[in-house]
Amino acid sequence: MNRPLQTRKLLTIVCEAALEKRLEKELPQFGAHGYTISDARGSGAHGRRDAAWPASANIRVEVLCDEAVAEAVVRHLETKYFTSYQLVVFLSDVQVLRAEKF
Amino acid sequence: MAKGIVTPSRLFAACRIVFMPFEPVILFFLLGALAGLIRSDLRIPAVLYESLSIFLLLAIGLKGGVELARYPVSELVFAAACVVLAGALIPLIAYPVLAYLGKLPRADAASIAAHYGSVSVVTFAVGSTYLIGQGEVAEGYLTVFLVLLEFPALMIGIWLARRGEGGGENGRGWGKVLHEVFAGKSIVLLLGGLAIGWVAGSEGLKPLDKLFFDLFKGMLAIFLLEMGLVAASRIGDLRRAGWFLAGFAIVMPLVSAALGITTGLLLGLSVGGTTLLATLYASASYIAAPAAMRIAVPEANPGLSIGAALGITFPFNLLVGIPAYHWLATTLHGVFA
Repeated sequence: MNRPLQTRKLLTIVCEAALEKRLEKELPQFGAHGYTISDARGSGAHGRRDAAWPASANIRVEVLCDEAVAEAVVRHLETKYFTSYQLVVFLSDVQVLRAEKF
Repeated sequence: MAKGIVTPSRLFAACRIVFMPFEPVILFFLLGALAGLIRSDLRIPAVLYESLSIFLLLAIGLKGGVELARYPVSELVFAAACVVLAGALIPLIAYPVLAYLGKLPRADAASIAAHYGSVSVVTFAVGSTYLIGQGEVAEGYLTVFLVLLEFPALMIGIWLARRGEGGGENGRGWGKVLHEVFAGKSIVLLLGGLAIGWVAGSEGLKPLDKLFFDLFKGMLAIFLLEMGLVAASRIGDLRRAGWFLAGFAIVMPLVSAALGITTGLLLGLSVGGTTLLATLYASASYIAAPAAMRIAVPEANPGLSIGAALGITFPFNLLVGIPAYHWLATTLHGVFA
């Protein structure tokens, strides 16, 4: 009955909310089956960012996917957005059930 | 102690005299700014900010639509064309000043020029409220100008930033920008409100009056409280921006207002209408423009443009500008009309 846990990549992107619409469009194009977006607050190289005011709002995008997709998305973000936009991207290994979903 | 020159009661009386001439809604802005500066934990939740902006945009649209029904459309077309053409001068004046005098990079100069050419709905709302308080009547169709003035400057700004560039690269086509602006909530709600108000007329809207018109000032007050908080949080950006931009943020609205007053007088607008047009020209967008510029000109630093537009120009217009434009419009009307 118990299904096995399998390893997948968790790709996390913390970026300005201005990128939300574009990422929603682009992530599926790179083969991501789904994503979760939430408002985010925090502080970093660009000062305190809060989720309250649109122009200084941040979002956190999380994608569960296999390594190839994660790699493709990361490279894409690097070439397209790293120079002009504020974003932090990181990958981690996670254990999931129903790995075929991701 | 009680005989001292500065007694608490005198101090309070003096404070009251200093702040009394201001529209009460402006005092809410000052309260928000003060709360931000003393790092109060006061925060307006994002959903309330969204809700209030939807309310304000709809209410302004509706009010304009009701007024619009009273004027023949043909009369408006010529005036609207003049207002848009004259308004297009603002970014074209601002850009060379920023790029050559201020030595700002092209993207930054173009983005800031777009912010100053576009308009601020909230400044417009405060201007209307101020005029009502002064017993001054403005032509209702100024709301149409508000809608029309929002986007041309954004287009000019993007063109200025991309001149001589290969174009299209990085997937930043014009289509996306046009969609961002025209499908953006401010245009949808303002135009939608205008249309609904125009179709329904003042009789048809009677049942909605209490919500949209009677409560308007209160809603505006809470919104301004939030804008005060946000403006205070941009102080850091301004420090990085330097004195040139700070000076620009005060001189530019004065130049634009002069252009607005001239245009208003030439078009034969009332004192109220001339004042509001000057206010529109003088205002700098800090909601629609940042969103559009972030997508279209990502290499521009949003801290500079928002810092100047919201940190300096917006409070300047609220506290000094609007009454000054009103005074100037009244004086010049006396001379020329």
